[in-house]
Amino acid sequence: MMNAVPISWFLTLSAILFALGVAGFLFRRNIITVFMSIELMLNAVNLSFVTFSYQHKEVSGHLFTFFVMVVAAAEAAVGLAIILTVFKGRSTLNIDDVNSMKN
Amino acid sequence: MQLWLIPFFPLAGFLINGIFGRRFSKSLVNTVAVGSVLLSFLWVLKTISAMGDLNTPHVEHYFTWIQSGAINIGCDFLVDRLTIVMLLVVTGIGSLIHIYSIGYMSHEGGYYRFFAYLNLFMFFMLVLVLGASFLLLFVGWEGVGLCSYLLIGFYFDKKFATDAGNKAFIVNRIGDFGFSLAMFYIFKNFGSLDFDKVFQQAASAPEWVLTTIGLLLMVGACGKSAQIPLYVWLPDAMAGPTPVSALIHAATMVTAGVYMTARSWVIFTHAPGAMDVIAVVGIATAFLAATIGLAQNDIKKVFAYSTVSQLGYMFVGIGSGAFSAGVYHLVTHAFFKALLFLGAGSVIHALSGEQDMRNMGGLRKKIPITFWTMVCAWVAISGVPPFSGFFSKDAILLAAYGHSPAIYWIGVVTAGMTAFYVSRAMFMTFFGSYRGKAHPHESPAVMWVPLAVLAALSLVGGWLFPIPEFLKGIFPAFEEAENHMLMYISVFAGFAGIGLAYLMYVVKPGMADSLAQTFKAPYQLIYNKYFVDEIYDATVVRPVVGGSRIVLWKGVDAGLIDGIVNGVGARCRDVGSLLRLLQSGNIRGYATWVLFGSVALILAMGLYGGLPR
Amino acid sequence: MDVILFLIFALIAVACAINVVVQTHPISSALSLVGVMGSLAVLYLLLGAEFIAAAQVIVYAGAIMVLFVFVIMLLNAGAETRKGRSYLIPGAPLLIVFLGLMAFVVQRIFPDSTMVRFGGFTGGGPKDVGTALFTTYLLPFEVTSILILVAIIGAIVLARKEIDQ
Repeated sequence: MMNAVPISWFLTLSAILFALGVAGFLFRRNIITVFMSIELMLNAVNLSFVTFSYQHKEVSGHLFTFFVMVVAAAEAAVGLAIILTVFKGRSTLNIDDVNSMKN
Repeated sequence: MQLWLIPFFPLAGFLINGIFGRRFSKSLVNTVAVGSVLLSFLWVLKTISAMGDLNTPHVEHYFTWIQSGAINIGCDFLVDRLTIVMLLVVTGIGSLIHIYSIGYMSHEGGYYRFFAYLNLFMFFMLVLVLGASFLLLFVGWEGVGLCSYLLIGFYFDKKFATDAGNKAFIVNRIGDFGFSLAMFYIFKNFGSLDFDKVFQQAASAPEWVLTTIGLLLMVGACGKSAQIPLYVWLPDAMAGPTPVSALIHAATMVTAGVYMTARSWVIFTHAPGAMDVIAVVGIATAFLAATIGLAQNDIKKVFAYSTVSQLGYMFVGIGSGAFSAGVYHLVTHAFFKALLFLGAGSVIHALSGEQDMRNMGGLRKKIPITFWTMVCAWVAISGVPPFSGFFSKDAILLAAYGHSPAIYWIGVVTAGMTAFYVSRAMFMTFFGSYRGKAHPHESPAVMWVPLAVLAALSLVGGWLFPIPEFLKGIFPAFEEAENHMLMYISVFAGFAGIGLAYLMYVVKPGMADSLAQTFKAPYQLIYNKYFVDEIYDATVVRPVVGGSRIVLWKGVDAGLIDGIVNGVGARCRDVGSLLRLLQSGNIRGYATWVLFGSVALILAMGLYGGLPR
Repeated sequence: MDVILFLIFALIAVACAINVVVQTHPISSALSLVGVMGSLAVLYLLLGAEFIAAAQVIVYAGAIMVLFVFVIMLLNAGAETRKGRSYLIPGAPLLIVFLGLMAFVVQRIFPDSTMVRFGGFTGGGPKDVGTALFTTYLLPFEVTSILILVAIIGAIVLARKEIDQ
């Protein structure tokens, strides 16, 4: 009985991690932390992909996870470059100071 | 027999000149344009020689054009003796006028454009003539209308030219509307638009159906062939270059209505009411246009009203049941009226654009070739025997006498007036002393050679091409009254007209003005063309424009449509300014809304059973 | 045995994730995130995803997080200031509702029918992933390569701008 883990546990863990990622995104002001929260969310989603892959005995979920990783890598490269540029221009990492999308 | 090649050549010429003409030299444009029409003409000749006597129509099927339910319309070309006559006129005179245009247009801008349009016109005209169904005829019909519009408005930087083009196009729409209705009605009753199928069934159809169709077709013919009440566009159409006036607005396109009614003779012979209407409209047009022609001073306007009048004659012939006489006059008229226009063009060219006859005179010595060729047209149109106009006009008048003597007598008076106004134009232009300022010079050979060919045709075309004999097998036999007295009367009328003109404009040059002073009211009436344009303006154009302005523009467009559009815009702005409060520009604010949205979405899914089990 | 393994690493992951959120200094957050990723890699192994587990450690925990740490060092980022408005008031209740809903949905859709055992699924090795990647998912794979190329160029452009200034 206790030798196996119900699949819903994995999904619940994924949901919790995702929610924590959202929380980090919402409550943190440091732009790098916010960015890391996004990575955390992506990881949570990856976990659910792999879990579904297990459920369906199907390798596709792994492939999706792989692609998410690739995209995350690209995103990290570009995103961090943007952060560098923003910091260069504004000398701040506070996300609330970066609101030029307003108006 | 590869009939499709006949219209194909001008189409190819149009495409080549239209697409690449801008970069071509003038001589290359000439080669393409004239060459394509000449090839077409030669192919017509080859077709004729290969066809034999053509007692039965020759039909070629190319492809099915429209197939929908009961409608099955093919792209079919038909050749019979009537088509042969039209093909020869169109391609033959078309070739001559193309050659003439090389000289006439040599100093004009838009050279390649002119020839491209002219070739396009030839293409559509040949489709019109060759088409074996009403719909294919209509394609050509609309196409020549388009080319007419383009060529009238050829000098598009001049307001009056574009206005004239618009007028021609709009007035023709009225006629085309009638033609379209006729086609709908034909299809409803006979289930087909092919000539052979329609005419086969038409003989046994009820008379009122045929009368309706005939009258509707007649409306179409009135538009294209400039009959009362739709003739007003044709005189204005002279705003285009003169070769265009000669080719489209004298020799070929305006005769399309005559061709169409002659082609549909089966319908008309079984609808005597429609025939009578055609005859009456024809003679009324012939008479009224001739009276207007008496007092015009613009040389092209004179010939324009003359064209309207002569087209009226053709309709008299058709309406009297003498279809072959109508077509006969179509052919001879194409010769001498094209010649008159080209001659007028030569005069205008010689005088560097002068069109007012009051500024001409005495040109006989200065441009002798033009003068002598125009003399040929003059005697032909005046009905002097044995030249071409005499034969055809006489045939029509004889037929008219058999139909109704009243029409005959009006026709005779009209013939006298025709002789008078053409003589007047000739005398004012070529006799007396020169009244203008420009230095006249004879036109180049490329212009007078076509004139000479047309002059020869005007003189001998009447007995060289015995059209009624040739078309005997196509149209119903017509009892021609052998009445020499009638012939003498009409010939006398012609001579009387010439004599009167000689008296008034050569012997006593002041007489015309004093007569105009004496009969001031009638003179003013015809000088101003019976104020028809003004009447149409007041009764049709202004109400339509005013109604459009008040109801459609101010009411519907400005009030309703703009109101809706602006209202939507204003409401969107209101909503937007509310929603703008959400757009804080703060990423975390947006993320909160995303979270809110996903929560709402999951809740909604749960509430409405979107979740499994 | 599997349950114990899962519970241990799930607890580590959650604890590290909480730490990511509550730490004020970015470097602490970044190190906590490495912890989350590492424990996730173990869970992947439990689910039979060998290749993904390896990639998780190498690409995510290795490459991406190093990049993060590197940037944090480069910018010399300190503890965050408490300037600007807090989204705790609208965010926290929403998050709790969200989490509750997710748990509810998961329980609703996946009652404990499928149980995860180590070795219960062996189709996630490098060979299987590679086969799928170069057959079924060949086009997306190529597209991703273009994406990465674009990202590299973008990063270079952004970085060069910095040098110019």
